[in-house]
Order: sequence, then structure tokens, then C-alpha cells
Amino acid sequence: MQGYNFAYLDEQTKRMIRRAVLKAVAIPGHQVPFASREMPLPYGWGTGGIQLTAALIGPDDVLKVIDQGADDTTNAVSIRSFFARVAGVRTTTRTTEASLIQTRHRIPETPLRADQIIIYQVPMPDPLYRLEPSRPVARRLHAMVDYGAMHVKLYEDITRFGRVAVSYDHPVMVNQRYLMSPSPIPAFDNPKLHRSPALQLFGAGREKRIYAVPPFTSVVSLDFEDHEFNPQRAPQTCALCGSTTSYLDEMVIDDQGGRMFACSDTDFCEQQRQAQHDHAA
Amino acid sequence: MITLLEAHALHHRFGRTAALDDVSLTLRRHEILAIVGESGSGKTTLLNALSGRLTPQRGDILYDDGGGPRALASCGEVVLRKLQRARWGYIAQDPRSALRLDISAGGNIGERLMASGARHYGDIRAIATHWLEAVEIDPARLDDLPRYFSGGMLQRLQIAATLVTAPELVFMDEPTGGLDVSVQARILDLIRSLVRRLGLAVVLVTHDIGVARLLADRLIVMRHGRIVESGLTDQVLDDPHDEYTQLLVASVLPA
Amino acid sequence: MAYVAVKGGEVAIGAAHAWLARVRRGDPSLPQIDAVQIEAQLGRAVDRVMAEGALYDRHLAALAILQAQGDLIEAAFLLRAYRTTLPRLIDTEPVDTGAMRLHRRISAIFKDLPGGQRLGPTTDYTHRLLDFERPEPEPVITTIARTASPAPRATDLLGAEALLEPDPSGTGEPADLTMAALGFPAGRDLRLQTLARGDEGFLLALGYSTQRGYGNTHPFVGELRVGEVAVAITPPELGFAIEIGDITLTECQMVNQFAGSKAVPPQFTRGYGLCFGHADRRAIAMALVDRSMRAEDLGEDVKAPAQNAEFVLSHCDNVEATGFVEHLKLPHHVDFQSALETIRAMRRDAEASDARL
Repeated sequence: MQGYNFAYLDEQTKRMIRRAVLKAVAIPGHQVPFASREMPLPYGWGTGGIQLTAALIGPDDVLKVIDQGADDTTNAVSIRSFFARVAGVRTTTRTTEASLIQTRHRIPETPLRADQIIIYQVPMPDPLYRLEPSRPVARRLHAMVDYGAMHVKLYEDITRFGRVAVSYDHPVMVNQRYLMSPSPIPAFDNPKLHRSPALQLFGAGREKRIYAVPPFTSVVSLDFEDHEFNPQRAPQTCALCGSTTSYLDEMVIDDQGGRMFACSDTDFCEQQRQAQHDHAA
Repeated sequence: MITLLEAHALHHRFGRTAALDDVSLTLRRHEILAIVGESGSGKTTLLNALSGRLTPQRGDILYDDGGGPRALASCGEVVLRKLQRARWGYIAQDPRSALRLDISAGGNIGERLMASGARHYGDIRAIATHWLEAVEIDPARLDDLPRYFSGGMLQRLQIAATLVTAPELVFMDEPTGGLDVSVQARILDLIRSLVRRLGLAVVLVTHDIGVARLLADRLIVMRHGRIVESGLTDQVLDDPHDEYTQLLVASVLPA
Repeated sequence: MAYVAVKGGEVAIGAAHAWLARVRRGDPSLPQIDAVQIEAQLGRAVDRVMAEGALYDRHLAALAILQAQGDLIEAAFLLRAYRTTLPRLIDTEPVDTGAMRLHRRISAIFKDLPGGQRLGPTTDYTHRLLDFERPEPEPVITTIARTASPAPRATDLLGAEALLEPDPSGTGEPADLTMAALGFPAGRDLRLQTLARGDEGFLLALGYSTQRGYGNTHPFVGELRVGEVAVAITPPELGFAIEIGDITLTECQMVNQFAGSKAVPPQFTRGYGLCFGHADRRAIAMALVDRSMRAEDLGEDVKAPAQNAEFVLSHCDNVEATGFVEHLKLPHHVDFQSALETIRAMRRDAEASDARL
């Protein structure tokens, strides 16, 4: 696009972000402050993820953008078209074809590879914020590995409801050191974070933090020995591809309470249906 | 007896007021030391300094964790926080400021355990139940929110939540200060029996000579940031040398 | 320079007003803006002024914006001052937002739902790139499809499963903030009325603070809808309701995850926002703050500013706030003189006691 640098950000800003990324990779799970910029999309729309993508993308990259698992949701479409416009890169909806995947609230069902980078959009980077809203205080707690309060929260959930009531953004310990927010992905996706071959980067634009999980790093969801982490998915079958293992969206189809369930990962669903079709043919 | 905690020539000023003026003391293992004095005498500042909550402007505090005396100022915040989380305890006058009122009694007791790495839900509950019994709270209240507890129960809960990690040193700031007289006596009895049974070392701040007489082995009397008298509790109270101590003792009705 | 006593306020005020009029007019070689243009082209400013001015009249709001040089709080103030002069003739029937003729209707909690997702005239997915092309090319006129049948509220779909608390608003005659002073404790009717005219910036900041951990309410936008609703009155001489016109409203139904308390089982709870015109930000922020202020009723700990109903309600009116904040520039020299004397006396005492030490 005329009048703008490749991928929107100027090269100096990109270098600043890359330095933060390097530091984040060196200290897995630690939130690195960075001089987040105003982007042409509002804070809350994924400005952290967009800045990471802008700082890392090259002309040969193939970009996939998903929101709630889907390539066709409005925000995903908007961000994808932004990069198509300001970087002129190839975009795809196929997880396997992408070199960079920017996501909001999901990890693709298709396992990621070592030559891929996944970029998460993060609203609240500090997993302690509900227990300790003051950021300077929370920072000290991280420094002291003082995570007792987080376990107290889980203890209370089990005591009151018989289970941990966190259904998304379930906190994880990274590399046995830092407590980390996995971003608001459903707890169902947490196991995919563990020892993933792909580099996982997390960007929070409004809160001005970047953090990372390097490839093959241990990521453990917080739990108790006698109440193990046990994520939930709707027990239904995908109405489109018949998957019984993928994470499902619930859609209301009438005002009599009628419901339909379908894969939230639209690419995965598409591939499943394609495979069934090929198999039948 | 081995020295556990030692203070050397502490000085601290708030503006024009000297809160600590050349204060030195030693605390031995399993010993209960009371700091008495009227409000403004510097006794709370001294407690805060000894417990690592305040860094005095001059002077050293040495703590011996078994490996020899070590200056608090040199051990760093990480080590200090670890001490405060497990081997030390702090019982505040107002339990509401120390407890989480929106977390169950069990969660409050379990916090220090979990902060020290406990990860077995069932074990944590069993220990919390045991501690509720130890402080004479009905174990059926395990899952209740302390918000609905009486003042005396809250103080018992704070004691349980502090002692659960079996600390060797506990700091207490007027632990019965905010309670009715009838409740005070029972809490004091509880503290006395627990402290003896567990062999704790205690630094206790109180303005109440009666509390000091009941609990403390040794006593220091403070005024205007200085120690004016110190010694074995009975000696000091029965035969006070300093004029101010005499006044303090005389102002208490004979038991 | 000789001392000039400050007198002749009248002349000064007259000169200031003349200067103000000149500044407001700006470069006389440029055409004057007309209130009609503001009404048509600065619709969001008009909406905000109507909400904070607590008067639904697009033309008067536009006039106020013009007179206030685009200072929207000043414009709301002008509108409120004018509103003071109007008699209250009759109360309308409650409007039915369920029957709204929708311009926009989105739900964040379902991917799809009966009635569909409808973006309407939104900036949500525009790229914020300053457009230097002026005048703007005329947009292509397309027919705008309106949903013929009203869409059910997303919150009703949830409520059917009893996962969402019943609507906690009362059924009796609502209190009236315009006719009686705000008192505490304030019922939800009074709270919502106060928020509806509250300062957008204040509501926004408070709502935002809850999202950052200061009184988190675990919010989801169940539904946000914008459109026209009919306003009806029942004249006593007729005894039945007649429609007198349409107004544009924005309504936000917030669905908040709630872990339950001693009094209330785990379920979703509600926050509600309703305001004049098209104002997503105001409606969403209002719903966040409404839910936040219900903390005490729901047995939650009240710790954060947004949970403190008295604090929120006492400070959200920007006409009150701007008056009192700005009044500090009025002469206060009598008070200041006495403060001056007191400080001098205290310093003398302190110096004297230092000298004794």
C-alpha cells in the first residue's frame, strides 16, 4: 500500500518488538514490557497480536488469521485483509499451509509444526489480575514465585462447586517457573500448549506486554494431585463433519431452544469433510 | 539457649520523631519476649523492623536459621519473603486485614501451605480441619466464609492460618487488642497453650501489662523509641527500677 | 507599575463575551456551519449530548453543540438548562426494546442465533487509517434491508434454560431522578437513570477498571441492539395508549458469569445499559457498571470503585462535575487569606518549638 511501510510498522518499531520477542523467548512465560503502538484497529481487537505479526512477517510468509477458531469471523477477516493490504502477503485458511497463524481464543485442532509460529491475541496478560489488580504488586509476586493465592482460588472452586470453575484462560506454569495466562482459549486447548513444536508468541497491545513459549517447553495447567486438570468440551458431535473430538460451537437455531453444534475450527471441519468425500469417491 | 533473632543499635525516625533510638535486643529459641509501652513508644515500629516489614534507617537485624546468624538486610527480598511465608508468622491485631474474607476458612488456612508447595487437595483439607480443632473452631465451619465469623473466631482463624506451616518464630501485634474482655481471656489461654506446645519463639507487642505477665518470659519496656528497662517478666513487673516502668505497673489494678 | 484594584467586572465580562463570539465564529471568510448539518453529519456527537443532556431532541442538541463550539459537556449543560424550563406533561409507557426496528444487533455469546447477527452502520471492522481525501466521495446509495420481524433477545434464549437470573428490575412504579433528589441506598431504577445520563468518559473508565481486575464481573455481551422504538403515551382522557413518535436507542444486555454466593446459586447474572441514540460504548460501559454496583445485593465483596454505588452515582454527572471542578477558578481570595494566616501562625509555632529543643 502506498505511503506505508511493508506490514504497516516502521522498521525501528519492528526491531523494538523483535527485541522484546527475543527476551520473551529467553525467559519463557515472563511478561516483557514493550512500547506498544496505536494500530489502525482498536485496542481489544488484537493489537498485540497484530504488532507481533507485523514485526515478524516477511514477503514469503503465508498468513492465517482465526478468531474463535474460524477464518470467516468478522474480526479474522478484517485482520487478514489488513495484512493482505499492508504487506501484500499470501493468506490462507489452511492450518497446514500457514507459516504464521494469528489467533484469538483458539489453538487449531491440526497439530502445529516446528516451522510455524502461532501468535495469540491477549487481553489480560497477567494471570493474577483477578486476585491482585495492582500490576506492580503482581510483578513482585511473579518475581518471588508467590503463587499461593492462585491455588487458593482453585481450592475454593473445588470446595464450592466440586470442580475448578475456570473454563477458559486457565492459568498454566511455564517451564516450572512462571505462571502464565494462555489467553482466553478454552481449557480444552491447554494441553496443545505443552511441548508444542511451534514457537508460541503472545501479544497484549493495550497492556503493553509480550511473552512466549519456546518450542518443546513444558506448559502445565494448574491443578491438584487429587483433582487433576480436566477440561470440558460439549459432549455432542459436529453436525457438519461428525467429529467427536474437536471443540464445538453451540448455535441457537430457533427461539424454542433448538441448538446445533459444529466445529469451532472451520478449517479442521472442512478438511474432515473433504477427507470423507475423498474416501467415499 | 541459642539466639534466634538479634537486633543491634536500631535507629529509625519518622520526620522529627525518633521511633527507634539505639534499640538492641536478643531473642532466644522457644522464648517469648513482650514489648510493652504506651502508643507512640515505638513498639510497633520495632516489631515491623524485626519482622522484615520495615527496614530501619540504621542498625542490623540478624536471624539464625540454623546455619549461623545472617543480616536480614543482606539476605534479599526473595529469601525474606520465603521466611515470612513459612518459617515466620505474623498475627495482626485486626484479623480482617490479614485474612481473605471472601475465601472459606479452609482456604485461608490452606494458603500458606499452598504457597509453600502443597498440591494435594485432600491433605490440605485434612490439615485445615485439624487446625480448626486446634483453635477450637467447629470443623463444620471449614467451608464457611469468615465474613460471617465473630471477632474472636476471626482471631482464632488467623492464628490457625499462621501456625499451619509450623513456624519457629511468630510476631504478634496486640493479638487480643480489638476483642471483648471475656473473649480476650480465652484467646490468651489458647495462645499460651499453643505457643508452649509448639515451642514457638514469639515477639509480642502489647500495651497491656496483664497480657505480658501471662505470656512472656522476658519483657522490654519502651518509651520515646528507647528501651528503658528489660529483664525477666516477673522481675521487671514485681520490682521495676525505671520510674516510667513503675508508673506503668502502678497504673494496672492488682489481679 | 501602580496597583490597579480589580473592579469593573461588568466591562470585563462584556468584552470577554464579545471575544468569545468572535472565536466561536472563526474565520469570517468561511461559511457558517448550520445546526442542521451538525444534526445530519455529527450524529454521534448529537447522540451523546442528548444522553448526557437527558433530553431527546436532535435539533436542540445540534444547536447546543454549535453554541458550545463542539464542547460536548458544555452542550449537554446547555440542553439540561433548557430542559429545566420545560413542563413535564405526562409519563410515557415503558418502551418495548424487544419490538425494536433494528439497525444493528449483535450477540457475542452465540455464533449464530434466531434473527441473525446484523452489523449495521458500525466502525467495528474498519481500519483506522486517516482518510485525506476531502470532500469524501458520495457513498453509493443502497437500499438498507430492515428485519421485518423483531428478533428475540439473546438473553431470553438463555433465560429459557434458567441459566440466567430472572430480570432483577422491579415491577412497581419506578423512581424519578428528575423529580426527586438522588438518595441512598439507591434502587436499581435510580441507578440506571443516573448512569443513562452519566458522563460517557466516567462510565467508560469505570467499566474498563472492572475489566482490569478492580471488581471483575466476568462480562459477555449477550446482545447489543440499536434501532427505533415507538414511544407511546396514555392520555387520561382517552384511557388507551397512542404512539407519538419514534426514538433511536442503544441497548446492551450483559451476561455475567457468577460463581454464586450464600444467597444465590451459580448462574449468569445481568448488567443492563440503555441510552439515547447510537452509542455502543456508552451502553456497554453502563451495563458493566450496573452489574458492578449489584455486588452488594449478590453477596460479593465490595472493594473496587465501580462496586461502590454511592461513589459511582455521586460522581457520574458531568454537568455537576464540570461545574464544581471549574468553579475553582472563581475568586477564593477571602478563604485563601485566612489559610495564609493560619499557615504563618503554624510555622511560627513550629519554629519556636524547634528553638526550644
